[in-house]
Amino acid sequence: MKLHIIGSGPAGLAAAEAGLAAGAQVCLIDDNPAPGGQIWRGGPGAWTDPRARALWEQVKDHPRLTQLQTAQVVGAVAPGSLLLENETGGTLVQFERLIVCSGAREVVLPFPGWTLPGVTGAGGLQALIKGGMAVRGRQVVVAGSGPLLLATAATALAAGARIEAIVEHQGLSRLSRFGFGLALRHPGKLRQAVSLFAALRGIPYLAAGQIVEARGPDALQRVVVRTPRAVREFACDFLAAGFGLSPNTDLGQLLGCAIAGGAIEADQRQRTSVQHVWAAGECTGIGGVDKALIEGRIAALDALGLAPTARELSVRRQCHDFSALLARSFALRPSLKDMCRPETIVCRCEDVTASALGPHGGWREAKLATRVGMGACQGKTCSAACSFLFDWTGPGARMPIMPASAGALSQIE
Amino acid sequence: MIQPDSSCAVTVNGISVRVPPGASVAAALVAAGTLCTRRSVTGQMRFAFCGIGQCQECRVSIDGQPHRLACRTSCKEGMHIVTGGEG
Repeated sequence: MKLHIIGSGPAGLAAAEAGLAAGAQVCLIDDNPAPGGQIWRGGPGAWTDPRARALWEQVKDHPRLTQLQTAQVVGAVAPGSLLLENETGGTLVQFERLIVCSGAREVVLPFPGWTLPGVTGAGGLQALIKGGMAVRGRQVVVAGSGPLLLATAATALAAGARIEAIVEHQGLSRLSRFGFGLALRHPGKLRQAVSLFAALRGIPYLAAGQIVEARGPDALQRVVVRTPRAVREFACDFLAAGFGLSPNTDLGQLLGCAIAGGAIEADQRQRTSVQHVWAAGECTGIGGVDKALIEGRIAALDALGLAPTARELSVRRQCHDFSALLARSFALRPSLKDMCRPETIVCRCEDVTASALGPHGGWREAKLATRVGMGACQGKTCSAACSFLFDWTGPGARMPIMPASAGALSQIE
Repeated sequence: MIQPDSSCAVTVNGISVRVPPGASVAAALVAAGTLCTRRSVTGQMRFAFCGIGQCQECRVSIDGQPHRLACRTSCKEGMHIVTGGEG
């Protein structure tokens, strides 16, 4: 039996480990140079999570493992066939059983100055630091909403940055309800949060805060934020601005998998609506590393005709419970729309402003008139922003799901 | 993977910098003091934004090949990186 796994983050590695242990051939495909996904980014040499090391030890030299790194999935060509592209060109890969572990993207919302060099996503800054970008002695402000803000601040602090402030959009009452929910049902997660806060002690934490603007002129120099009490300005070299994560469903959509609530729909065995296609991790809903690990394992077991244990199913339920708490606690508030002014660029690829988009009735109409979403990112950044700002239904995924060379596309017959 | 005990040399717009092996091209740009990957369609400076290969803001030219993603490409000894490309 052969399993193809897209993505070698926690879900993909857990699926690979379970698949190999059960006797399957495993082909692990990833678009990055090193395994680990975003949460374990930087490769095995940089990992601190013992679970990552343990999984990798079981997987890395296994005789039944084939690994394709730096291999970008361009699309699903026909049933059971994917087109990949790497530095040498395009390759068609045939699969019998596929586990999609395509992760998530950061939700980034437009505000004046968000296109200035030095402004990144919150997870974006964390990823860049894990990729070796030096921030020692640099001033950093972390702003937006969600637990990722704390993780980003901790990563930047550990890399020697000076964190000027953490600005969280949710107010204290919503944050305390989240903390209470953790205490009640997820004590392990509460301990993590407490230890993150402890690592960040002394750094101003502004609840109910909102970005007003990032200022340049050519690169970021300052950020202005507003809290219920005051408007404050911080000098900074980097502004890490993130508003949560959104499942990356592009490949799932191309394969014809049903999408529900913005995620690839998967049952409790991680089966999608398409036969022989499973999905695991953040692409089935945002829930963090624990959810990814258990879902990856269950997906591989089910793909091989094996049943998960009652305990594994119970861990999965617990993770989904956390996922729901996260979604409730950090749902984007409509007030975040106020960050975007008429002259603010919404589509970074085509430099389309909010005032140019406003008069249009929907994504398609705006796209035809303004080129929104028609640049290199194909709407991956701005469609989520437009859905939030204008209540538009975003585009569906289509081939190629990432920019690809004509040479790679010529592999399709 | 990053091993801090050794490094590799690349050039960014002709300036030579050393980065840890496995460091991304984006890391090399910052090491060279360049916070610009490309120019937008209206001429604005842009830099890596999402860090994971989705937003396409970090497109640079590497060894003569345009539109390579700085956040997702690892530095290799002797690489020539050119930034400030249009579009």
